[in-house]
Amino acid sequence: MHRYANPAQFQRLARAIFPWTTGLAVICLAAGLWFALFASPPDYQQGETVRIMYIHVPSAWMAMFTYTAVAVASAVLLVWKHPLAELAARAMAPVGACFTALCLISGSLWGEPMWGTWWVWDARLTSVLILFFLYLGQIALFNAFDDPTRGGRAAAILALVGVVNVPIIKFSVDWWNTLHQPASVVRLGGPSIDPSMLLPLLLMAFGFTFYFVSVTLIRIRSEILARRLRALQFAQGAAEPAGARRASA
Amino acid sequence: MSALTAVLRRDLRLAWRTPGDSVNVVLFFVLSTVLFPFGVGPAAEILARISVGVIWVMALLAALLSLDRLFRQDADDGSLDLLALSPAPLEFLVLGKVLAHWLITGLPLIIASPLLALFLQMPREAYPTLLLALLIGTPTLSLIGAIGVSLTLGARRGGVLVALLVLPLYIPVLIFGVGAVEAASAGLEARPHLLLLGGLLALFLPLSPVATAAALRQALH
Repeated sequence: MHRYANPAQFQRLARAIFPWTTGLAVICLAAGLWFALFASPPDYQQGETVRIMYIHVPSAWMAMFTYTAVAVASAVLLVWKHPLAELAARAMAPVGACFTALCLISGSLWGEPMWGTWWVWDARLTSVLILFFLYLGQIALFNAFDDPTRGGRAAAILALVGVVNVPIIKFSVDWWNTLHQPASVVRLGGPSIDPSMLLPLLLMAFGFTFYFVSVTLIRIRSEILARRLRALQFAQGAAEPAGARRASA
Repeated sequence: MSALTAVLRRDLRLAWRTPGDSVNVVLFFVLSTVLFPFGVGPAAEILARISVGVIWVMALLAALLSLDRLFRQDADDGSLDLLALSPAPLEFLVLGKVLAHWLITGLPLIIASPLLALFLQMPREAYPTLLLALLIGTPTLSLIGAIGVSLTLGARRGGVLVALLVLPLYIPVLIFGVGAVEAASAGLEARPHLLLLGGLLALFLPLSPVATAAALRQALH
């Protein structure tokens, strides 16, 4: 693991796997969308509106998965002080926030025809909204300090405090009476969803995951380059004689 | 343990010399709650309907505003560095400071709440539950707030950022606190909600000092 603390090593690894993850993302998303929009049956109760599920459920899974990944990166940062862990957490947080927003918006669009309301304050929706606020707080904390390592460590602690929300989201439909339907895929006793719908759902989920990996790789590489730029700027500022330094340096 | 009581006594003595802190928090609580009858009209049914939620949200915001005093003075005059360097575990020192903070700002809120319940025409049966729910909930608010304020020590525009970090974590306390008092005012059992509130307190009682101490250590490097 510490081999990839060397940014050059990581860049080589990232360059190697990026084409694969991007290609797989495109293939899975294309196949998933084909099955989701054309080659799968409409729901016996909901009709064609059920097809929103193929966007809504994978983005919900990705929102929770990303928060867990941010929490793991935060733990690695705090315990092993792995330098790339901070960059990884910083890279993944906005992606997770976007997935959560996508989940909330697609769910809202699904809820209006199905439940007759754009929003309801049941346990699942409330805890996902809290997850969204936790993401926003993390991003704000990352950017609140002039020294980026301070911000990274503070945000890591916040991520670990907030990770207790993820199992709450997962089990909210079991612990409370919710308007949101109970689990039909990840549950004891196996998935209760029809296989013809499970296939496009899993294809979209894999597509989203590969997309997430590709985007995170791009963002980590950008963060590495931004850090390098910052270090160069500092070195340049220190090399200038004190009298010649200007406010814009 | 003696370190905890030492920090507790110190903070209480300091607060005793500047009673303005407690008074300001209570005044904000009372004034902002009293705005509601002006805003929604004095009709008793409407006020009674919103009384529980308004009191809880205002208590939350008053607690939020009071958080700054938890570490600000000590960070500014260097006492926080001395506390962090002391041989006593920082977690216990933090717990002592949070306890002092609750006694200084949370307890006055609880004492002021029956007056505000009267202003907002809350049903009489709910008063004891209101006091009990605030008694369990306000220490949790101080504990959660300690995490938020320690994470933002030294940040730009830290005050607004604390609100952004701490309010999502306050929401469960709000949900169960309001649930308990609403149940009591409807004549139902408040015990399940109060037990869940107690569960939140039990969760944050160990979690908050650990997270706050970790945040303080990395802030004071």
